[in-house]
Amino acid sequence: MASQKMKTPKDSDKYSVLLPTYNERENLPLIVWLLVKYFSESGNKYEIIIIDDGSPDGTQDIAEHLQKIYGSDIIMDTILSASLLLGTAYIHGMQHASGNFIIIMDADLSHHPKFIPQFIRKQKESGYDIVSGTRYSGIGGVYGWDLRRKLISRGANFITQVLLRPGTSDLTGSFRLYKKEVLQKLIEKCVSKGYVFQMEMIVRAKQLGYSVGEVPISFVDRVYGESKLGGNEIVSFLKGLMTLFATT
Amino acid sequence: MTKLMEWLLGLSLIGILWSIVTFDLLDLRISDQYLQVAWPLPIYLLVTFGCYSLAVVGYRVATFNDCEAAAKELQEQIQDAKRDLQKKGLHF
Repeated sequence: MASQKMKTPKDSDKYSVLLPTYNERENLPLIVWLLVKYFSESGNKYEIIIIDDGSPDGTQDIAEHLQKIYGSDIIMDTILSASLLLGTAYIHGMQHASGNFIIIMDADLSHHPKFIPQFIRKQKESGYDIVSGTRYSGIGGVYGWDLRRKLISRGANFITQVLLRPGTSDLTGSFRLYKKEVLQKLIEKCVSKGYVFQMEMIVRAKQLGYSVGEVPISFVDRVYGESKLGGNEIVSFLKGLMTLFATT
Repeated sequence: MTKLMEWLLGLSLIGILWSIVTFDLLDLRISDQYLQVAWPLPIYLLVTFGCYSLAVVGYRVATFNDCEAAAKELQEQIQDAKRDLQKKGLHF
Protein backbone atom coordinates (compact mmCIF):
# COMPACT_ATOMS: atom_id res chain seq x y z
CA MET A 1 0.00 0.00 0.00
CA ALA A 2 2.78 2.35 0.90
CA SER A 3 4.46 1.82 -2.44
CA GLN A 4 1.22 2.56 -4.25
CA LYS A 5 0.97 5.87 -2.49
CA MET A 6 4.48 6.72 -3.62
CA LYS A 7 3.64 6.15 -7.25
CA THR A 8 0.42 8.11 -7.41
CA PRO A 9 0.47 11.20 -5.25
CA LYS A 10 -3.16 11.75 -4.35
CA ASP A 11 -2.56 15.06 -2.64
CA SER A 12 -4.58 18.03 -3.74
CA ASP A 13 -1.59 20.36 -3.89
CA LYS A 14 -1.19 22.23 -7.13
CA TYR A 15 1.87 24.11 -8.24
CA SER A 16 1.66 27.25 -10.35
CA VAL A 17 4.94 28.09 -12.05
CA LEU A 18 5.35 31.79 -12.78
CA LEU A 19 7.65 32.56 -15.70
CA PRO A 20 8.26 36.26 -16.24
CA THR A 21 9.67 36.72 -19.75
CA TYR A 22 11.19 39.45 -21.84
CA ASN A 23 12.61 38.43 -25.22
CA GLU A 24 12.85 34.73 -24.42
CA ARG A 25 11.60 33.21 -27.67
CA GLU A 26 14.62 30.88 -27.79
CA ASN A 27 14.39 29.71 -24.21
CA LEU A 28 10.66 29.66 -23.55
CA PRO A 29 9.78 26.46 -25.48
CA LEU A 30 12.73 24.68 -23.89
CA ILE A 31 11.89 25.64 -20.31
CA VAL A 32 8.24 24.72 -20.86
CA TRP A 33 9.24 21.36 -22.35
CA LEU A 34 11.44 20.64 -19.35
CA LEU A 35 8.74 21.71 -16.90
CA VAL A 36 6.20 19.44 -18.55
CA LYS A 37 8.71 16.57 -18.55
CA TYR A 38 9.54 16.79 -14.84
CA PHE A 39 5.99 17.44 -13.67
CA SER A 40 4.70 14.51 -15.72
CA GLU A 41 7.34 12.31 -14.11
CA SER A 42 6.61 13.46 -10.56
CA GLY A 43 2.84 13.37 -11.04
CA ASN A 44 2.18 16.61 -9.21
CA LYS A 45 -0.60 18.87 -10.43
CA TYR A 46 0.77 21.99 -12.08
CA GLU A 47 0.22 24.91 -14.40
CA ILE A 48 2.65 27.23 -16.15
CA ILE A 49 1.89 30.92 -16.22
CA ILE A 50 3.88 32.95 -18.71
CA ILE A 51 3.95 36.64 -17.91
CA ASP A 52 5.38 38.47 -20.87
CA ASP A 53 6.42 42.06 -20.49
CA GLY A 54 5.58 43.08 -24.07
CA SER A 55 8.57 41.39 -25.74
CA PRO A 56 9.13 42.66 -29.27
CA ASP A 57 10.81 39.41 -30.39
CA GLY A 58 7.69 37.29 -30.70
CA THR A 59 7.84 35.55 -27.33
CA GLN A 60 4.05 35.80 -27.18
CA ASP A 61 3.57 34.00 -30.49
CA ILE A 62 5.75 31.21 -29.17
CA ALA A 63 3.73 31.12 -25.96
CA GLU A 64 0.47 30.84 -27.90
CA HIS A 65 1.94 28.03 -29.96
CA LEU A 66 2.95 26.23 -26.77
CA GLN A 67 -0.61 26.61 -25.49
CA LYS A 68 -1.80 24.80 -28.61
CA ILE A 69 0.65 21.97 -27.97
CA TYR A 70 0.24 21.58 -24.23
CA GLY A 71 -3.29 22.87 -23.68
CA SER A 72 -4.77 24.50 -20.65
CA ASP A 73 -1.82 23.73 -18.37
CA ILE A 74 -0.24 26.77 -19.93
CA ILE A 75 -1.62 30.22 -19.29
CA MET A 76 -0.53 33.32 -21.12
CA ASP A 77 -0.57 36.76 -19.59
CA THR A 78 0.75 39.97 -21.05
CA ILE A 79 1.68 43.05 -19.12
CA LEU A 80 3.11 46.29 -20.27
CA SER A 81 4.89 47.61 -17.25
CA ALA A 82 7.52 50.25 -17.56
CA SER A 83 8.06 49.95 -13.84
CA LEU A 84 10.63 47.13 -14.03
CA LEU A 85 9.20 45.80 -10.79
CA LEU A 86 9.39 42.04 -10.70
CA GLY A 87 6.68 42.15 -8.07
CA THR A 88 4.29 43.59 -10.65
CA ALA A 89 4.85 40.58 -12.89
CA TYR A 90 4.25 38.20 -9.99
CA ILE A 91 1.07 39.98 -8.91
CA HIS A 92 -0.22 39.77 -12.47
CA GLY A 93 0.68 36.12 -12.77
CA MET A 94 -0.86 35.18 -9.45
CA GLN A 95 -4.24 36.49 -10.53
CA HIS A 96 -4.35 33.53 -12.92
CA ALA A 97 -2.88 31.03 -10.49
CA SER A 98 -5.15 28.25 -9.30
CA GLY A 99 -2.43 26.41 -7.39
CA ASN A 100 -1.95 26.65 -3.64
CA PHE A 101 1.81 26.80 -4.20
CA ILE A 102 3.68 29.21 -6.45
CA ILE A 103 7.06 28.46 -7.98
CA ILE A 104 9.04 31.35 -9.34
CA MET A 105 12.01 30.84 -11.58
CA ASP A 106 13.86 32.46 -14.47
CA ALA A 107 12.83 31.46 -17.97
CA ASP A 108 16.40 31.63 -19.31
CA LEU A 109 17.28 27.99 -18.43
CA SER A 110 19.62 28.99 -15.60
CA HIS A 111 17.14 27.34 -13.23
CA HIS A 112 16.57 23.70 -14.08
CA PRO A 113 13.07 22.23 -13.53
CA LYS A 114 14.65 18.96 -12.35
CA PHE A 115 14.98 20.56 -8.92
CA ILE A 116 11.26 21.24 -8.56
CA PRO A 117 10.38 17.72 -7.34
CA GLN A 118 13.10 18.19 -4.69
CA PHE A 119 11.59 21.54 -3.69
CA ILE A 120 8.20 19.88 -3.31
CA ARG A 121 9.61 17.02 -1.23
CA LYS A 122 11.49 19.49 0.96
CA GLN A 123 8.35 21.55 1.48
CA LYS A 124 6.30 18.51 2.50
CA GLU A 125 9.06 17.31 4.84
CA SER A 126 8.51 20.11 7.35
CA GLY A 127 5.63 22.13 5.96
CA TYR A 128 7.92 25.00 5.02
CA ASP A 129 6.34 28.30 3.97
CA ILE A 130 9.14 28.84 1.45
CA VAL A 131 11.70 26.57 -0.16
CA SER A 132 14.61 28.39 -1.70
CA GLY A 133 17.17 27.05 -4.15
CA THR A 134 20.73 27.72 -3.04
CA ARG A 135 23.89 27.95 -5.10
CA TYR A 136 26.02 28.38 -2.01
CA SER A 137 25.65 25.22 0.02
CA GLY A 138 25.92 21.48 -0.34
CA ILE A 139 26.18 20.31 -3.92
CA GLY A 140 24.89 23.67 -5.16
CA GLY A 141 27.00 25.63 -7.59
CA VAL A 142 27.25 27.60 -10.79
CA TYR A 143 28.36 27.10 -14.36
CA GLY A 144 29.77 29.72 -16.68
CA TRP A 145 31.06 32.19 -14.09
CA ASP A 146 34.59 33.53 -14.22
CA LEU A 147 36.70 34.28 -11.16
CA ARG A 148 35.56 37.91 -11.00
CA ARG A 149 31.91 36.93 -11.00
CA LYS A 150 32.46 34.28 -8.34
CA LEU A 151 34.38 36.71 -6.17
CA ILE A 152 31.71 39.40 -6.38
CA SER A 153 28.98 36.86 -5.70
CA ARG A 154 30.70 35.27 -2.71
CA GLY A 155 31.83 38.65 -1.39
CA ALA A 156 28.36 40.16 -1.63
CA ASN A 157 26.87 37.08 -0.01
CA PHE A 158 29.39 37.23 2.86
CA ILE A 159 28.73 40.92 3.56
CA THR A 160 25.00 40.27 3.52
CA GLN A 161 25.34 37.31 5.88
CA VAL A 162 27.37 39.42 8.32
CA LEU A 163 25.09 42.44 8.25
CA LEU A 164 21.65 40.81 8.08
CA ARG A 165 22.18 37.30 9.56
CA PRO A 166 19.23 36.03 7.52
CA GLY A 167 19.61 32.34 8.29
CA THR A 168 19.50 31.35 4.64
CA SER A 169 22.51 30.84 2.41
CA ASP A 170 21.27 32.20 -0.94
CA LEU A 171 19.52 35.54 -0.75
CA THR A 172 19.69 36.80 -4.30
CA GLY A 173 18.62 33.59 -6.01
CA SER A 174 15.21 33.65 -7.61
CA PHE A 175 14.36 29.95 -7.84
CA ARG A 176 11.87 29.44 -5.04
CA LEU A 177 8.64 27.78 -4.02
CA TYR A 178 6.16 29.73 -1.92
CA LYS A 179 2.85 29.02 -0.31
CA LYS A 180 0.53 31.23 -2.30
CA GLU A 181 -0.72 33.31 0.60
CA VAL A 182 2.83 33.81 1.83
CA LEU A 183 3.99 35.12 -1.54
CA GLN A 184 0.99 37.45 -1.72
CA LYS A 185 1.76 38.89 1.67
CA LEU A 186 5.47 39.30 0.92
CA ILE A 187 4.92 41.05 -2.39
CA GLU A 188 2.77 43.62 -0.64
CA LYS A 189 5.70 44.42 1.62
CA CYS A 190 8.56 44.37 -0.86
CA VAL A 191 9.41 47.37 -3.00
CA SER A 192 12.96 46.77 -4.26
CA LYS A 193 14.04 46.10 -7.82
CA GLY A 194 16.32 43.56 -9.45
CA TYR A 195 18.59 41.41 -7.28
CA VAL A 196 17.53 43.24 -4.16
CA PHE A 197 13.89 42.21 -4.64
CA GLN A 198 14.73 38.53 -4.08
CA MET A 199 16.84 39.44 -1.08
CA GLU A 200 14.13 41.61 0.41
CA MET A 201 11.57 38.82 -0.06
CA ILE A 202 13.59 36.31 1.94
CA VAL A 203 14.72 38.78 4.62
CA ARG A 204 11.18 40.02 5.20
CA ALA A 205 9.93 36.44 5.21
CA LYS A 206 12.30 35.65 8.07
CA GLN A 207 11.25 38.84 9.84
CA LEU A 208 7.60 37.81 9.61
CA GLY A 209 8.46 34.42 11.05
CA TYR A 210 7.95 32.29 7.95
CA SER A 211 9.96 29.08 7.74
CA VAL A 212 12.43 28.67 4.90
CA GLY A 213 13.88 25.37 3.65
CA GLU A 214 16.78 25.14 1.22
CA VAL A 215 17.63 22.86 -1.69
CA PRO A 216 21.06 23.03 -3.34
CA ILE A 217 20.78 23.85 -7.05
CA SER A 218 23.18 24.12 -9.95
CA PHE A 219 22.86 27.46 -11.66
CA VAL A 220 23.80 27.28 -15.34
CA ASP A 221 24.27 30.82 -16.56
CA ARG A 222 22.30 31.93 -19.60
CA VAL A 223 22.70 29.63 -22.56
CA TYR A 224 21.23 32.12 -24.98
CA GLY A 225 21.52 35.85 -24.54
CA GLU A 226 23.70 37.98 -22.33
CA SER A 227 24.08 37.77 -18.60
CA LYS A 228 24.76 41.03 -16.91
CA LEU A 229 26.64 42.10 -13.81
CA GLY A 230 28.05 45.58 -14.16
CA GLY A 231 28.88 48.46 -11.90
CA ASN A 232 25.26 49.61 -11.85
CA GLU A 233 24.05 46.27 -10.49
CA ILE A 234 26.69 46.32 -7.77
CA VAL A 235 25.83 49.86 -6.69
CA SER A 236 22.10 49.17 -6.59
CA PHE A 237 22.77 45.95 -4.67
CA LEU A 238 24.75 47.83 -2.02
CA LYS A 239 22.05 50.51 -1.78
CA GLY A 240 19.41 47.83 -1.33
CA LEU A 241 21.51 46.06 1.27
CA MET A 242 21.88 49.27 3.28
CA THR A 243 18.13 49.90 3.05
CA LEU A 244 17.39 46.44 4.42
CA PHE A 245 20.08 46.89 7.07
CA ALA A 246 18.39 50.03 8.33
CA THR A 247 14.78 48.86 8.02
CA THR A 248 14.61 45.19 8.99
CA MET B 1 14.82 46.33 16.48
CA THR B 2 16.47 46.80 13.12
CA LYS B 3 19.81 45.24 12.27
CA LEU B 4 21.31 48.71 12.24
CA MET B 5 20.19 49.30 15.85
CA GLU B 6 21.56 45.91 16.90
CA TRP B 7 24.92 46.80 15.43
CA LEU B 8 24.98 50.25 17.02
CA LEU B 9 24.05 48.76 20.38
CA GLY B 10 26.74 46.08 20.12
CA LEU B 11 29.41 48.51 19.01
CA SER B 12 28.61 51.04 21.73
CA LEU B 13 28.71 48.31 24.39
CA ILE B 14 32.17 47.28 23.22
CA GLY B 15 33.16 50.95 23.02
CA ILE B 16 32.04 51.63 26.57
CA LEU B 17 33.82 48.57 27.97
CA TRP B 18 36.95 49.51 26.09
CA SER B 19 36.87 53.12 27.35
CA ILE B 20 36.32 51.99 30.92
CA VAL B 21 39.41 49.83 30.81
CA THR B 22 41.64 52.02 28.66
CA PHE B 23 40.92 55.32 30.39
CA ASP B 24 40.26 53.67 33.75
CA LEU B 25 36.97 55.54 34.11
CA LEU B 26 35.83 53.58 37.18
CA ASP B 27 39.18 53.93 38.93
CA LEU B 28 39.75 50.17 38.89
CA ARG B 29 43.54 50.57 39.07
CA ILE B 30 44.14 48.19 36.20
CA SER B 31 47.76 47.21 35.95
CA ASP B 32 49.89 48.51 33.10
CA GLN B 33 50.29 45.00 31.76
CA TYR B 34 46.58 44.76 30.93
CA LEU B 35 46.40 48.31 29.65
CA GLN B 36 49.08 47.54 27.11
CA VAL B 37 46.84 44.83 25.74
CA ALA B 38 43.58 46.72 26.10
CA TRP B 39 44.14 49.97 24.28
CA PRO B 40 44.95 48.52 20.81
CA LEU B 41 42.32 45.80 21.14
CA PRO B 42 39.78 47.36 18.72
CA ILE B 43 42.44 47.46 16.01
CA TYR B 44 43.37 43.82 16.70
CA LEU B 45 39.74 42.86 16.44
CA LEU B 46 39.32 44.74 13.19
CA VAL B 47 42.42 43.17 11.64
CA THR B 48 41.36 39.71 12.84
CA PHE B 49 37.90 40.14 11.39
CA GLY B 50 39.38 41.38 8.11
CA CYS B 51 41.66 38.35 7.88
CA TYR B 52 38.79 36.02 8.75
CA SER B 53 36.62 37.60 6.05
CA LEU B 54 39.31 37.31 3.41
CA ALA B 55 39.95 33.70 4.34
CA VAL B 56 36.27 32.76 4.25
CA VAL B 57 35.54 34.51 0.96
CA GLY B 58 38.74 33.14 -0.58
CA TYR B 59 37.92 29.62 0.51
CA ARG B 60 34.36 29.88 -0.77
CA VAL B 61 35.47 31.24 -4.14
CA ALA B 62 38.03 28.44 -4.45
CA THR B 63 35.49 25.76 -3.57
CA PHE B 64 32.57 27.20 -5.56
CA ASN B 65 31.27 24.17 -7.46
CA ASP B 66 31.59 24.32 -11.23
CA CYS B 67 28.57 22.42 -12.44
CA GLU B 68 30.08 21.03 -15.64
CA ALA B 69 27.86 17.96 -15.56
CA ALA B 70 24.72 20.04 -15.14
CA ALA B 71 25.65 22.21 -18.10
CA LYS B 72 26.29 19.14 -20.25
CA GLU B 73 23.03 17.52 -19.21
CA LEU B 74 21.16 20.71 -20.05
CA GLN B 75 22.72 20.89 -23.51
CA GLU B 76 21.65 17.32 -24.22
CA GLN B 77 18.15 17.99 -22.99
CA ILE B 78 17.94 21.11 -25.15
CA GLN B 79 18.65 18.96 -28.21
CA ASP B 80 15.98 16.44 -27.12
CA ALA B 81 13.51 19.25 -26.51
CA LYS B 82 14.15 20.83 -29.89
CA ARG B 83 13.66 17.51 -31.71
CA ASP B 84 10.47 16.78 -29.81
CA LEU B 85 9.03 20.28 -30.20
CA GLN B 86 9.75 20.25 -33.93
CA LYS B 87 7.82 17.00 -34.19
CA LYS B 88 4.96 18.76 -32.41
CA GLY B 89 5.03 21.54 -34.98
CA LEU B 90 7.00 24.27 -33.26
CA HIS B 91 9.75 25.75 -35.40
CA PHE B 92 12.60 27.68 -33.94
